[in-house]
Amino acid sequence: MTDPATTVPAARQRTGTPLLSVRDLSVTFPQRDGNPVQAVRGISYDVYPGEFLGIVGESGSGKSVSSLAIMGLLPSTAEITGSIDFEGRPLIGLDDAKLSRIRGKELAMVFQDPLSALTPVYTVGDQISEALRLHDRHLSAQAAAARAVELLKVVGIPDAERRARAFPHEYSGGMRQRAMIAMAIANDPKVILADEPTTALDVTIQAQILEVLEKAKDITGASVVLITHDLGVVAGHADRVGVMYAGKMVELGTTAEVFAAPQMPYTIGLLRSVPNMLTAGTQRLVPLEGRPPSLANLPTGCPFAARCPIVIDACRDVEPALIAHDPQAPLHTSACIRAGEITRGELVRSEVFPRPEPLPAEERAETDDAPVLEVSDLKRHFPLMRGSVFPRRVGTVRAVDGVSFTLRPGRTLGLVGESGCGKTTTILEVMEMTAPQSGSIRIEGIDVSDASKKDVKKLRRDVQIVFQDPMGAIDPRLPIGEVITEPLQVQGVPKAQRDARVTELLDLVGLDPAMADRYPHEFSGGQRQRIGIARALSTNPAVLILDEPVSALDVSIQAGVINLLEDLGERLGLSYLFVAHDLAVVRQIADDVAVMYLGVIVEQGPVAEVFNNPRHPYTKALISAAPIPDPAIERGRTRILLNGDLPSPTQEISGCRFRTRCPLYALLDEAGQERCRASDPQLTPHGRSKVACHHADRSELAEDEALAAAS
Amino acid sequence: MAVMQEKAIEESLETDIPKARKPLSRAGLVWARLKKMPRFWIGITIVVAVILWAFVGPLLYPWSITDRDPLNMGMGPTMLHWFGTNSIGQDIYAQTLAGLQKSLIIGLVAGPTATVIAALVGSTAGYVGGWVDRIIQWVILLLLVIPAFFLFILLSPLIKGLSWVVLMFYIALFSWMIMAQVVRSQTRSLRNRDFVRAARYMGEPTHTILTRHIIPNMASLLIIDATLGVVSAIMAETSLSYFGFGIQKPDVSLGTLLSDGTAAAVTRPWLFVFPAFVLIILLFAISLVGDALRDAIDPTSGMNRD
Repeated sequence: MTDPATTVPAARQRTGTPLLSVRDLSVTFPQRDGNPVQAVRGISYDVYPGEFLGIVGESGSGKSVSSLAIMGLLPSTAEITGSIDFEGRPLIGLDDAKLSRIRGKELAMVFQDPLSALTPVYTVGDQISEALRLHDRHLSAQAAAARAVELLKVVGIPDAERRARAFPHEYSGGMRQRAMIAMAIANDPKVILADEPTTALDVTIQAQILEVLEKAKDITGASVVLITHDLGVVAGHADRVGVMYAGKMVELGTTAEVFAAPQMPYTIGLLRSVPNMLTAGTQRLVPLEGRPPSLANLPTGCPFAARCPIVIDACRDVEPALIAHDPQAPLHTSACIRAGEITRGELVRSEVFPRPEPLPAEERAETDDAPVLEVSDLKRHFPLMRGSVFPRRVGTVRAVDGVSFTLRPGRTLGLVGESGCGKTTTILEVMEMTAPQSGSIRIEGIDVSDASKKDVKKLRRDVQIVFQDPMGAIDPRLPIGEVITEPLQVQGVPKAQRDARVTELLDLVGLDPAMADRYPHEFSGGQRQRIGIARALSTNPAVLILDEPVSALDVSIQAGVINLLEDLGERLGLSYLFVAHDLAVVRQIADDVAVMYLGVIVEQGPVAEVFNNPRHPYTKALISAAPIPDPAIERGRTRILLNGDLPSPTQEISGCRFRTRCPLYALLDEAGQERCRASDPQLTPHGRSKVACHHADRSELAEDEALAAAS
Repeated sequence: MAVMQEKAIEESLETDIPKARKPLSRAGLVWARLKKMPRFWIGITIVVAVILWAFVGPLLYPWSITDRDPLNMGMGPTMLHWFGTNSIGQDIYAQTLAGLQKSLIIGLVAGPTATVIAALVGSTAGYVGGWVDRIIQWVILLLLVIPAFFLFILLSPLIKGLSWVVLMFYIALFSWMIMAQVVRSQTRSLRNRDFVRAARYMGEPTHTILTRHIIPNMASLLIIDATLGVVSAIMAETSLSYFGFGIQKPDVSLGTLLSDGTAAAVTRPWLFVFPAFVLIILLFAISLVGDALRDAIDPTSGMNRD
């Protein structure tokens, strides 16, 4: 990682007139009953040729709706006002036929979910050819097909000739998104709108796709508008950033300006609420209390007023306009009446949103050292069957293939890996509490394979789980008071005691105990996750298994839940097994970390050691791919890009299972490669961590190579 | 494109959870939608009226089904015999109401009973899986491939000696299979939902999970099925009785009345027309209610779709 200060690019020079000019755009969805939903409320921005504009916002901020308005893809019930000019031509009011001529040819869009954006019944090649021939009627079918293959090669699809004849379902998520980008650049567009293009993808694939998007931008010279909720992605790629809140653009400026000197309290809070992979764990996160206002029921004045720590009475009178406050940066605009005070330094940013204090030492619980959860050499293979009449086994899915770890009281073990690496299967095996296929699971010293029914009941009390999706983990038909005490009911605790516990638990997770008789649908995502945590805590467990507990939440809500988990862990002396794909979150909360790849742990050790000094090439790649929400650092980092996708767990890979994607493997001499092919590396101690790589001591090679490639 | 539109709408709706106003509960929402549907009101009014008529009507009418009027045999509708009489002087109005009572009871019991069987069997098969599922599936398929009507005919000598109450359960016994399949597949998807998994990891026993989490989450589906099940049970009863395999004399049902009246449908239409008309009105009204319920409960069906 090179000196960050020198590598922040200045905002690219804006040349000439804007390509796309949005003025005072509003989108309203009338409701059959009740107030209309004002999804977008008068936003204005320009996109200049060759520019990379990032639009950041949480769900419901109107960022997607505004981009759909530009593409003319909103349902006919939406009321659109304002103007959208593309190269001086107004887009609003064009009929669909005229709009279609611009759409796809000059304005292209990349959607979030590439599976539903591609038609399942045509081959990918045909769909790209169709996009080409729609806008160029003289193009022959053969020429279009040839061009489609070429485009697939451009976006880095291996074996493009064969892949062009494949159907979307035969593509992996990352490849589908590449195909979408190929389709978007097929007609040399002037503007590419990318709506959360990497949200559904793993972090190493995300890095690849963003690289492809940059490449596509360079090839076509198009401007890119990237819509995302991920501040890290914006930090690394955008020239300018717009921040949206409650249907309004609340801050707009160059990436460096917005990240270094945010003016709007919402942006300040947002930036301080995201865990940063480099600093995570050393300081607490700042939670943004409350939630965005309902777009059908907006308060007068600033929409952020209810959550803003520096709110004054004037904020509630008029909604502030998006104007420049800093004479040094005339193009950096923000919608806050106190932004002037912030830029002049009269209000210090770190005091606007102070970091919460850690839990005082006297409130922390005492813990001993006997392991609460020991998993050794756990294996879980699923047979792969074909044929419905006479099912026969055609292969084995090695979901978990020999995993060992120990969890001690009061500690947090982070289990990290991409989707499909077996981390969820591992914890579900633990939760099943039956004899595993192979290996052993010991909870509080009791081996689950020979635990009696009574033991299992006790273990079920001591080990609880919190699920990823707060919407799916709670039965929508039960009032939350009952949801929370369900584990107690199973344990046979009488009703009176259960009711007393509800108040206690709701209080503990920061919800109003008066809400106990409400139903789950009345709560927001973050609140529901708190309900899930309260349920898990109801039995006073010793171990909490957290399956991606914050990944379904908006960033501003995430921080609150992470802080809650940290506090509870310390106050109650809980042990966490924390499963996540977000490295920054893991670093924030975990004491130890285990990195999983294709069913095995490839690196394991204390958090600081693994993150500061990764030794396995996969860990290195994973860490380098995770974006950091700080442009000064993010742009100076060297990325180790992995080739291709995660192999299917059905594939038999001899020797080291990472070698098919390993950047180090490619650089090794013949003898070294032979060793990777011949034997499967086991976890061996290196420094303070354990690494499963034959060449862990030579892993700098890959970094040097990436550096050389970058320069 | 449609997907994107939906997404946009969803996104805009998702933020529409006002803090101030207490949001409607699900039942409240269904009721609010139902209230706005004229066909629900038409249907429910007719159904309630028909039920009242069937049970209160005979008390206000001088003739009972066993009475014969030897002076007015084979008469058309008059002030004395509202729906006329048959060839042996029995009053058709009294008979129609008695038949209606029987058909209603059979429908109202057999329809929901079939739904209960479907819910229990289907959710057990879907949740437990394994060989239990295979056996249940096998039984369902067996019952489905053998025409139920044919089985009724085969079994009719057995029923003939027994009361009509048995018939009711026979009908229920042969009309739960398709719903059980639907419930089974719904259960299979619910089974992988996190809240069911959570209940399992709490150590909840299977029957509690089924009755507490799985079946309540299919309540809407089951309510609709029970309502429409009433229609098919009445139809099954009338067609069986029409062919002489269902209700046996001296009991009357709309089916036996129709069967008795067919021969005279042209010459003495009142014997046939009145029971037939009552049957059609009843089935139509229940179907209206069921249809309205389905649209109110499932926002993606029928008129709620934009």
